[in-house]
Amino acid sequence: MSAATGAKNWRTLLRLAAFSVLMFGFGYALIPLYPVMCKTLGINQTGVDDRPAVSAQVDETRSVVVEFDSNVHGMPWKFRPLVSHVTVHPGAITQVSFEVVNTLPTPVTGQAIPSYGPPLAAEYFRKLECFCFNKQTLKPGERREMPVVFVIDPALPKDISTVTLSYTFFEVEGNRRTAGRNPGASA
Amino acid sequence: MNATTTANGHAEGHAGGHPDHGHQPAGLMRWLTTTNHKDIGTMYLWFSFAMFIVGGCMALMIRSELFQPGLQIVKPEFFNQLTTLHGLIMVFGAIMPAFVGFANWMIPLQIGASDMAFGRMNNWSFWLLPPAALLLVLSMFVPGGAAAAGWTLYPPLTIQQGMGMDMAIFAIHILGMSSIMGSINIITTILNLRAPGMTLMKMPLFSWTWLVTAYLIIAVMPILAGVVTMTLTDRHFGTHFFSAAGGGDPVLFQHIFWFFGHPEVYIVIIPGFGVVSQVISAFSRKPVFGYASMVYAIAAIGILSFTVWAHHMYTTGMPISAQLYFMYATMLIAVPTGVKIFNWTATMWRGSLSFETPMLFAIGFIFLFTLGGFSGLVLAMAAVDVQMQDTYYVVAHFHYTMVAGALFSAFAGAYYWLPKWTGHMYNEKLGKVHFWLSFIFFNMTFFVQHFLGIAGMPRRIPDYALQFTEFNQISTIGAFGFGLSQLLFLYIAISCIKGGEKAPAKPWDGAEGLEWEVPSPAPHHTWVVQPIVK
Ligand code: HEM
Ligand SMILES: [Cu+2]
Repeated sequence: MSAATGAKNWRTLLRLAAFSVLMFGFGYALIPLYPVMCKTLGINQTGVDDRPAVSAQVDETRSVVVEFDSNVHGMPWKFRPLVSHVTVHPGAITQVSFEVVNTLPTPVTGQAIPSYGPPLAAEYFRKLECFCFNKQTLKPGERREMPVVFVIDPALPKDISTVTLSYTFFEVEGNRRTAGRNPGASA
Repeated sequence: MNATTTANGHAEGHAGGHPDHGHQPAGLMRWLTTTNHKDIGTMYLWFSFAMFIVGGCMALMIRSELFQPGLQIVKPEFFNQLTTLHGLIMVFGAIMPAFVGFANWMIPLQIGASDMAFGRMNNWSFWLLPPAALLLVLSMFVPGGAAAAGWTLYPPLTIQQGMGMDMAIFAIHILGMSSIMGSINIITTILNLRAPGMTLMKMPLFSWTWLVTAYLIIAVMPILAGVVTMTLTDRHFGTHFFSAAGGGDPVLFQHIFWFFGHPEVYIVIIPGFGVVSQVISAFSRKPVFGYASMVYAIAAIGILSFTVWAHHMYTTGMPISAQLYFMYATMLIAVPTGVKIFNWTATMWRGSLSFETPMLFAIGFIFLFTLGGFSGLVLAMAAVDVQMQDTYYVVAHFHYTMVAGALFSAFAGAYYWLPKWTGHMYNEKLGKVHFWLSFIFFNMTFFVQHFLGIAGMPRRIPDYALQFTEFNQISTIGAFGFGLSQLLFLYIAISCIKGGEKAPAKPWDGAEGLEWEVPSPAPHHTWVVQPIVK
C-alpha cells in the first residue's frame, strides 16, 4: 500500500470515527429533543385520538338529533344541560352549555365522564372542547356554565338519527371533603 | 460484470510461490497477532459458530422448559436470564460476527485489494469479541445472575437488577466498539482500495451490501452504546434518564433503543441479501436481474430503516396520528424488500438452474424470509399489533427473518465459499441433508408459533395455559432437531478443511467475480498486485 493510500485511509478513518462519536452524542441529544419534537408536532399526549376532527364538508342532506343527559354520582352538585337537545348536520361545529352548582359550603372537585347512546356513536362524536377534559373544582356555592364544542363525523352510519350524550360527575377521591363537613358520620 | 484481469497471472504466481512469507509466528501467537484478513475472517467465523452453539444450548433449555405447561426444569428467574442472553448472544455474538467474518474473507478478494485497510485495527476488532462473550457467559454465575430484562433491556427492570446487568452493559460496549472498528475498516477498504477499474457500480453485491451495512453500524451502534450508558449511570451515578422515581421516562428508553434497534435488524439481514444475490446468480448461470435496482433497493432499505422505529411501540400509548405514520412508513419498507425478492425470482427465471447446497439454502432463504416479511406486515398494522405485541407471533416473525433469513444466507455463503477457503469440495450429499433437516425442523419449530401467538400465548414466560401444550411440544421437538442438525454442519465443515475432492479455482461454473480468479485455497496473500478490471 503506497504512502498516499495510507494517508487517504487515515483521513477516511478519522472522518468515520468522528461520525460515530457524533452519533454517540446524538443518542444523548435525543433526551431533550424528544419532548421538544413531541410538543412542536403536538403529539405529546398519549392514547389520544388526535386525527383532524372532520372533513370540511358539512352534510346538509341529513340531520341528527343530539340529546343531552346529566347525572351526578353521589355528589352535592346540581348539574343540567341548558338545552335538552339540538338538531345538527353532520360535519357542522356546534356549541352547547351545561350548568353546574356546588351546593356545599366547601370547595369540591369533580370529574365528568361521558357516555354515548348508542355506544357505536362514540366513534363518530368528536369533542373539540369539553369540561370533561379536566377536573372541575367549584368554590363553595359556586355556579358555573361549561361549554362543549362538538362535531358529528359525516361517516356516522345512516341508520343512526339520534345520539344521546350523557355525562356523569364523579367526585375526585384525593380531594374528598372529609373532615369538618360531617363529623358525626365518621364512626 | 466479469472482470478480466491482466495482472492476475502475476498475482497468482507471486502469491502461490511463497504463501507464508516465512515471517509470521507459529501456533497461538500467530492467531493473536495476525493482521491477515483471511486469518481474521476465519477467527470470526469460528467464534461466531461457537457462540451459535452456546446461544443454541440456551434456546434448547428454553424450549425444554416450554415442552410442558407448569414449571419443570428451570426457575422463572433463570428462564428470563436465558431468553435475555440467548437474544444478545445470537444477535451480537453469532449473526453479526459471522457476516463480519465473510466480509473479512471476501471483500478484499472481491474488490481486488491485498488486505483490509487497517490490519492492526482488524486484529483488535476481533480480539475484543472473546472478552465480551466471556462477560456475558460469566454473568450467569454472579450473585443475582445474568441480565434478565430481555435483549431489549427495557427499564425499569434494567435499573433494578444485579451486577449481571452491569456485565451485560460492558459486554455491549465492547461488542459495539468491535463492530464500529470493523465497519470503519470495511468502509475504508471499499472506498479506497478497490482495484483500478472496479467502479462502485461494478462491485459484487456482497461487497455493496456490506458498504451499506457498515454505514448503518457506525450510525446506530453508538446510539446503543449511549442508551446503555444512560442505563448504567441511572443505576450507579444518580442520573434519572429512565428511572421514573427521579422524574425519568422509561418509554423514552424504548424510543432510543428502537432508533438503534430497527436499523439493527437490517444490519443483521442486509449482508445476507448480498450473499443470496450472488449465490442465486451463480446457480442460475445468469447475471443478477436488475443489478442497479438491487443497489438502490439496499440503499433505500438502509435509509428508510431509520424512520420506522416506533412500530415496536404501538402499545405504549402513542397518539393515533403517530401510529398511522409509523404504520405507513413500515409498510413502505416492504416495497424495496419486494423489489429484491422480485429480482431474485427474475434471476432464476429461465436460468439454467442447478441445486447444490448453497442454492438450496438461498432458495430456502427467499421462501422463508418472504414469509417473515409478510408476518412483519401483519405486525406493522397498528390495530392488529395491539393484540399481537409480545406474543409468540412476534417470536415467529423475527425467527423467520433472522434464522431462515440471516442464518440460512450465512449457510448459503459458507457452502458457496468453503471450496475457496479450504481448497476442498465439501460433501455435497451431506450438505443437502443439512439443508433439508434445517428446513424441515426450522418450520416445525417456528411455524406453529404463529398459531400460539394468535391464540394469545405471551413470549418470555416459562409457563402457559394448557391449551397451548400440543403446539409447544411440536415446537420443542423441532428445536432439538434443528439444533442437532447444526452439528452435521460442523462435521461437514471440519471434514472439508481436513480433506476431500480438490477444488479448482472456480468450482461453480456460473460464479462471477474476482474471488474465483485466485487459486483454491486462496493463498495467504492475494492481489498483492492489483488486478485491472475492464
Ligand atoms: C417487511 C419487513 C418487516 C416488517 C414490516 C417488520 C415489522 C415488524 C414489527 C411491526 C415488529 C414489532 C412487533 C411487536 O413487537 O409487536 C417487528 C418485530 C421484530 N422484527 Fe421485524 N419487520 C420486518 C423485517 C424484519 C427483519 C428483516 C428482521 C431481522 C432480520 C426483523 C426482526 C425483528 C425483530 C428481532 C423483532 C422483535 C423485536 C423484539 O421485540 O424483541 N424484522 N417487526
Ligand atoms: Cu422494526
